[in-house]
Amino acid sequence: MTSALGQPNAITIGWFLVFIALSLGITVWASRRTRSTDQFYAAGRSVTALQNGLALAGDYMSAASFLGIAGLVALSGFDGLIYSVGFLVGWPIVMFLIAEPLRNLGRYTFADVVAFRLRQAPVRIAASIGSLAVVSFYLIAQMVGAGNLIRLLFGMPYEVAVVIVGAVMLGYVLFGGMIATTWVQIVKAVLLLGGASILALLVLARFGFNPLALFEAAAGKYGASVLAPGRLVTDPLDAVSLGLALMLGTAGLPHILMRFYTVPDARTARTSVAYATAFIGFFYLLTFILGFGAMVIIGREAITGFDAGGNMAAPLLAEGVGGTPLLGFIAAVAFATILAVVAGLTLSGAATLSHDLWVNVFRGGHADEREQLLVAKAATIILAALSIVLGITFKGQNVAYMVGLAFAIAASANFPALVLSIFWRRLTTAGAQASMLIGTLSTVILIALSPTIQIDILKNTEAWFPLRNPGLVTIPLSFVVAIGVSLLRPVPLEEERFRLAARRLHLGVE
Amino acid sequence: MTHDSVDSLAAARWRIAIGLTVAMMVVYFGFILLVAFDKPLLGTSVAPGLSLGMLLGALVILTAWVLMWIYVRWANAHYDTAIAGMRR
Repeated sequence: MTSALGQPNAITIGWFLVFIALSLGITVWASRRTRSTDQFYAAGRSVTALQNGLALAGDYMSAASFLGIAGLVALSGFDGLIYSVGFLVGWPIVMFLIAEPLRNLGRYTFADVVAFRLRQAPVRIAASIGSLAVVSFYLIAQMVGAGNLIRLLFGMPYEVAVVIVGAVMLGYVLFGGMIATTWVQIVKAVLLLGGASILALLVLARFGFNPLALFEAAAGKYGASVLAPGRLVTDPLDAVSLGLALMLGTAGLPHILMRFYTVPDARTARTSVAYATAFIGFFYLLTFILGFGAMVIIGREAITGFDAGGNMAAPLLAEGVGGTPLLGFIAAVAFATILAVVAGLTLSGAATLSHDLWVNVFRGGHADEREQLLVAKAATIILAALSIVLGITFKGQNVAYMVGLAFAIAASANFPALVLSIFWRRLTTAGAQASMLIGTLSTVILIALSPTIQIDILKNTEAWFPLRNPGLVTIPLSFVVAIGVSLLRPVPLEEERFRLAARRLHLGVE
Repeated sequence: MTHDSVDSLAAARWRIAIGLTVAMMVVYFGFILLVAFDKPLLGTSVAPGLSLGMLLGALVILTAWVLMWIYVRWANAHYDTAIAGMRR
């Protein structure tokens, strides 16, 4: 099959330039509104529920979920749905347990909440290790994905693509802070949802606007097995472990949690999760249609011909049903998606470095506005440089497991301490600290010993630890450590302050 | 204002939040365990082009939306009103 994919053409480059110009415009506009740390980290807490819902959805709908899940569906049918469902069910948990308490108790990072009634320095150092681990692994996955995708989409060299993504992202975050990051995210979410909807409609038009006719055609072409569970889930323990990490990891991702500080109050935080979940669920249903559309209209052989992992299914489908203009549009949207997600990650990493470590640990909470902003911007530059270096270092390596690793650390290191600090009055500094450190460490060690690293990457015949995702072990372990350590050495003063935290959690700042 | 009212409101909020969280987990892990343990069942066709597994997967997404709708409705109607009353 011939395709304009990978050859720079006027339409693709045109869309690409339109997006870059639009985001630069947003950055210039946002930079005039970014004077204080509240504006830099939290967009002045003026984001509306609908805007934050779109931005949350934008942060979550990465290129991996757009191109990756569409590709997975195109190649293995039903199995793609397992991931979509897993990525969605974390959001109700975020709404029921996390969003409102977070908004009322914290300022910029989730460590604000854990440290609220505990000792600042030990808690923030431990929380930073977990946060930075999540952000780094997520960044590596996004940067390597960016390099590969841009090479496939635009025919640009890998290193050039990584440097462009890093540099453009640095521009948004450095000058426009959270306001620019939020608006770039909103624009991208609208483009992504719009582009995917148009594509899905063009596909469905060929099947009388009946999705079932599309699925039937797929089953007719490749057998009824495409509509049934396949090889993705084989071991039940592994399936539950992955499911647990996807579900609880969502509620521990620093760049997602940070968004709840951009809204004015807890009620808006709640409503924004409802919007986000509606958009994300709708998007995954669209992805399912796109995947089956690519399977039927483009065919599996043609898709794997461009990329063995199936990542080019959606762009090829766009070309198949809408010609080069639609291909150019979808390629530009995929680029925008990567850029926006990387920007969100960098900003949350910068908040951890500057707000948690510099201001609250190193300076003991005493730093003036000017210094805070300066350190935040320095941290942004360091992280952008780091992301470029990491992207180039991991070139050509299999990094698909790193998103799973990021979710597993978020679920094992961040989620237990966060939830216990909100719900359990007897949590102590030592308990929270031990839980976050052991959560991070045990996850990294068990992944290193898992079949993913030992067999798939190191080509050993055996793995020491049987599960591909360690969540089933590390999440309970982290809870047990927090509870055990807290009960062994109770701290009455920290327990007394729970009452204050509980009042503020419900009533907000009085 | 007494502490008791914040405490009882907090208790009601957590009862609902935890109940809904457990409901979501039961539905989701039920789906995952079916995928893991009974693939042929999920491959059963319920209509031309639609397998039981696809129907259940879509229903899990629908369940997430319904549970959130229940929570938002309760929180907007009861919780926010009670909080506003306490602030006054």
